[in-house]
Amino acid sequence: MYGNAYISPEDAKRMNESTDDAENLEIFEARITRGEKIEPGDWMPAEYRKQLIRMIEQHAHSEIVGALPEGTWITRAPNFRRKLALIAKVQDEIGHGQLLYSAAETLGKTREQMLADLISGKSKYSNVFNYPALTWADVAVIGFLVDGAAIVNQVINQKGSYGPYCRALERICYEESFHLKQGHDNFVYLATGSPKQRAMLQEAVNRWYRPLLHFFGPSDRDSQHSEKLMKWKIKLASNDDMRNQFLDQYIPKIWELGLTLPDPELKRNDNGIWEFGDPDWAEFKRVISGDGPCNAERLEVRRYAEEAGRWVRTALMNKDERYVVPLA
Amino acid sequence: MEATKELLYKMADDALIIGHRNSEWTGIGPMLEEDLAFSSMAQDKIGHAFALYNILHTAFGEADPDTLAFKRSEKDFRSAQFLELPIGEYDFSLIRHFLFDHAEHLRYDSLAQSTFQPLAQLAKKVKGEIKYHVMHADTFLKQLGKGSEESHARLQSAINYSWPYALGVFEPGAHEAELISTGTFIGEEALKDLWLARVTPIIEAAGFSVPATTQEQVVYGGRKGFHSEHLASLLAEMTEVTNIDIDAEW
Repeated sequence: MYGNAYISPEDAKRMNESTDDAENLEIFEARITRGEKIEPGDWMPAEYRKQLIRMIEQHAHSEIVGALPEGTWITRAPNFRRKLALIAKVQDEIGHGQLLYSAAETLGKTREQMLADLISGKSKYSNVFNYPALTWADVAVIGFLVDGAAIVNQVINQKGSYGPYCRALERICYEESFHLKQGHDNFVYLATGSPKQRAMLQEAVNRWYRPLLHFFGPSDRDSQHSEKLMKWKIKLASNDDMRNQFLDQYIPKIWELGLTLPDPELKRNDNGIWEFGDPDWAEFKRVISGDGPCNAERLEVRRYAEEAGRWVRTALMNKDERYVVPLA
Repeated sequence: MEATKELLYKMADDALIIGHRNSEWTGIGPMLEEDLAFSSMAQDKIGHAFALYNILHTAFGEADPDTLAFKRSEKDFRSAQFLELPIGEYDFSLIRHFLFDHAEHLRYDSLAQSTFQPLAQLAKKVKGEIKYHVMHADTFLKQLGKGSEESHARLQSAINYSWPYALGVFEPGAHEAELISTGTFIGEEALKDLWLARVTPIIEAAGFSVPATTQEQVVYGGRKGFHSEHLASLLAEMTEVTNIDIDAEW
């Protein structure tokens, strides 16, 4: 699952200044306009490559970091059905990461380099995973609403211009639709369950409301996304449009179950646009800059995995004459 | 009847506990592919546990699988201590997976001929799944055995540490003679011999040695309800959510 690519204001500025071979650029842009997919060997502007790497890499990191808050609940899932669903779901997320790192590698950056940039803090991942999953009800909220938000984003991105990324997203969206089902099922069970279960869920919904508003990134008024990203079909919908689509799809479902949201200003206008209270964008910026409740913990787990597993990777890379073929 | 129940309980508990342990690798493996592999194997194992508890439920009138897994006390579990140990580092988890899954493969292979039909049918399906677990373990053992000085040393240490625990998996139960005479199961002693004949050449071909172990060192106890200090905390974690509201449906 995934939020929206975070683009630093400086990059957006540089992109607009970049110069490329004019003739190639014209052919390239005409292909995108015709709806053709760009493939790894094709000519592409340096900025296109760079922004795509950034975006796919962020998406891949979001998958493997996103596996962590839910992953800690696999061992605590309350029955066989939930346990088997959750472990399969989290495994899918890791698989999505693997698939996306491969898609990004077609653009010339290795998985090792991407993981190194994740651990050093150079690359970002979806901000939403810097919040903790404090209770089992948080797992339900993540499975239903965070995955729901991610699907809005991913279904749109599937129509992008880069072939390998679109094909990866096709499979990802297919699997995510099952994740949403398991999240929804868990969510409904708690919402219609015992008083304790309902209270747990309401508290979790309250906790996740703001991070969910942040999920699609800053308001269009304040975000620096360039026209070029839209023209090159790297970005296909604005942050506000996606956020509105998400709210429109999910807020009524939450209300239907008798739950409340901690925002008195939240309402749908007649024109279909949702209004909400100040989501505190300063907090969003603080968390994405590294100062959220779980940033350090998430990176620490990844660092542990990389460091503790280094001997395995090193040994597997070792060429040895005695080794012929794997048994499998 | 007691004999078959005893067999089913220990197999189900083994599968549940190793499934729990293997699932802990999700997100922290040495590479993404190993996260995926351990997660897949954990799913299979938890599924096997469910199927075995379900036989206990349907054929013997025991409680339903969720109750058996999530609402039984520690002393009622019959898992081997080997499977309760924390995942440690990858070297230990790999070796445990290698040693235990070969035992599982041979166990289910023999149970496919069991006179107890529900178990025979399940075994035919399960042995096909465990075949892949074993292939995974063998591949990594072979590659890491010849990979580097460090990988070789780490795996040999893990084999040495694990061996007495692995032999403990074959701790005989109270009804071995009956299981054998009724054709339900070949018995733990016979299974252990098959296992030694299977794993020893693989270990040696990968460049490792099998440690000498005396019978006193073999870690028994699990089959009689005597567990390592790790099982209680594992079960506390596993039942944490259920216990918030024990009568609720989750």
